[in-house]
Amino acid sequence: MMRALPWICLAALAAAPLVGLGNYPLHMLIQVLLWGFVYTGWSIMGRLGLVSFGHGAFLGIGAYVVVMLWNAYGVSPWIGLPIALALTAVVAFVIGYPCFRFKIVGHYFALVTLALSEIARMLIVALRDHTGGSLGVTPKTALTESAYSLVALQFSSKLVWFYIVLAVWLGGLWVWKKMDRSMARLALEAISQEEDAAGSIGINVTRLKLGVTLISALMTCVGGALYAQYQAYVNPDSVAGIGISLQMVFGVIAGGMYVRLGPTVGAAFTLLLAESLRLMFGNSLHALDSTIYGLMLVLFIIFMPKGILGGALEAVKGKKAASPDVQRA
Amino acid sequence: MMQIFDVFLLEAVLNGLLLGGLLALLSLGLNLVFGVIDVVWICYAELIMVGMYAIYYLYAVFGWPLLLAMAAGVLLVAAAGAALHQFVIRPVLAAEPINQLLVTGGVLFFLQAAATLAFGIEFKNIGVSFPPIVVGDISFSMPRLISFGVALAGMLALYLFLKRSYLGTAIRAISQDRGIMPLMGVNPHRIFIITSALGGGLAGLAACLLVLQYDIHPAIGLSFGPITFLICVLGGLGNMAGGFVAAFIFAQFISVGGFFLAVEWGYVIAFVFFIAVMFWRPQGIWGSK
Repeated sequence: MMRALPWICLAALAAAPLVGLGNYPLHMLIQVLLWGFVYTGWSIMGRLGLVSFGHGAFLGIGAYVVVMLWNAYGVSPWIGLPIALALTAVVAFVIGYPCFRFKIVGHYFALVTLALSEIARMLIVALRDHTGGSLGVTPKTALTESAYSLVALQFSSKLVWFYIVLAVWLGGLWVWKKMDRSMARLALEAISQEEDAAGSIGINVTRLKLGVTLISALMTCVGGALYAQYQAYVNPDSVAGIGISLQMVFGVIAGGMYVRLGPTVGAAFTLLLAESLRLMFGNSLHALDSTIYGLMLVLFIIFMPKGILGGALEAVKGKKAASPDVQRA
Repeated sequence: MMQIFDVFLLEAVLNGLLLGGLLALLSLGLNLVFGVIDVVWICYAELIMVGMYAIYYLYAVFGWPLLLAMAAGVLLVAAAGAALHQFVIRPVLAAEPINQLLVTGGVLFFLQAAATLAFGIEFKNIGVSFPPIVVGDISFSMPRLISFGVALAGMLALYLFLKRSYLGTAIRAISQDRGIMPLMGVNPHRIFIITSALGGGLAGLAACLLVLQYDIHPAIGLSFGPITFLICVLGGLGNMAGGFVAAFIFAQFISVGGFFLAVEWGYVIAFVFFIAVMFWRPQGIWGSK
């Protein structure tokens, strides 16, 4: 029964839009899964002590490379995405290799990657003749004649987007699971605790860190590309820079970065919080959600550093584990 | 033609020098806090924003004299710094270092959003204008010159305080060895609170200078924050002399880079330079391993 439970939940999720979920809840669901995927990508390295503020750059590359290639040269996103992924890999390597080789960790790693995401944002703004600058850019529509265009990766139906995003999200969870069961994760965990000691027992620290960074960056890039195609609009602040990078980190912390569904729970929590506050108070107090959100983040990190899901699971486990302990005592 | 070009370039270099003084002051408070408490205040630039709003409201809305409003602003931000340590940093001091970084990031979000909520997104300006100073073909903006002077004076004052006073000696001692000072009869918590207040006060001083030059809006922290962190890291986190040098290097990149290309390119070049230096000397240009 317990083994079947995830599959039942998944089937229910996949069937949900078919039984007449409205357009708005469907939109929310797509957003949750899409950001859940991006947050999952971030956590793959974040939970191993590699806290990056540079993922805004990868998100930006995914979004802008694909849209710019389509708009300027008519290159299909199917070709644009591999190009964006290649560029992401190069950038991740150029930043990652020296960082790991020279043991830039902790605060320093976070701040170096912060510079990276700011560079991405500034570049997008500086290249305003091509990218539209701060005003953002919209992929040229291919939907003049039909309701969908596979070549342009544009679909007017939210249902199609839902299944695409669902598949990608499941792919992200699969990557996480693969990582979790690999020797590499054990090695990386050892690295995150005591880098020199891990190196001394023959773990190739640089290579492993670089590997996990590449996986994480590529996932984020895919997320950025999908976001741009789904929203059909991006601007530098929504996909690059310090703001979105911090938002990613905090979504993950809220959900819990040490459990597989944690990042997704974080995405759901932050989106639902923002939306419900917006519905409650209207747009007149449009920063109220962020205010409460910021306050909750601080409280989370102080009182519940494992996040909502991580904390909840621990509480359940704690109850189960408590009884034998009591007997032993 | 060449002659004119050189004059403008000289102006860019001199303006970069003036900007460097301001950036050096910005990095000073962050470096002080990091050096003593070992915590990076990601929300440092947002504290400056709080100070700028305070000065704006006291001066432009409530009609206080400008200098009085500025003094009140400095005190307010100093109090905010102490409160930040007491209520936010202290509970996570024993947690993993990265949690300390993130918790102040939460404060960043909170302050930015709260400012939007309270003051709106409109740009505000205190409406004090100074005539530019013209020397030959080169013109300087008066607020920049004032900033440069005040920034240098502020740094000198801090230096003397740390070197000459008993409290300053205790602060320097605790930054060298956090473990042993309690045994010497120094209360580390008290020193931390004082240091945080000092760091906040420096942020307040920066706010006084920025408010003369820039419009105030809730996201203004994002335009100064990243560059301040990078300067601190470039100079070696916690190393005030290094931060001082790094600020002037960075300012030249921004000013001269912005002169040849667009302003954003100046920043891009400065940030790329930063990353390159990190690989060359991860401990910062000035630091020793």
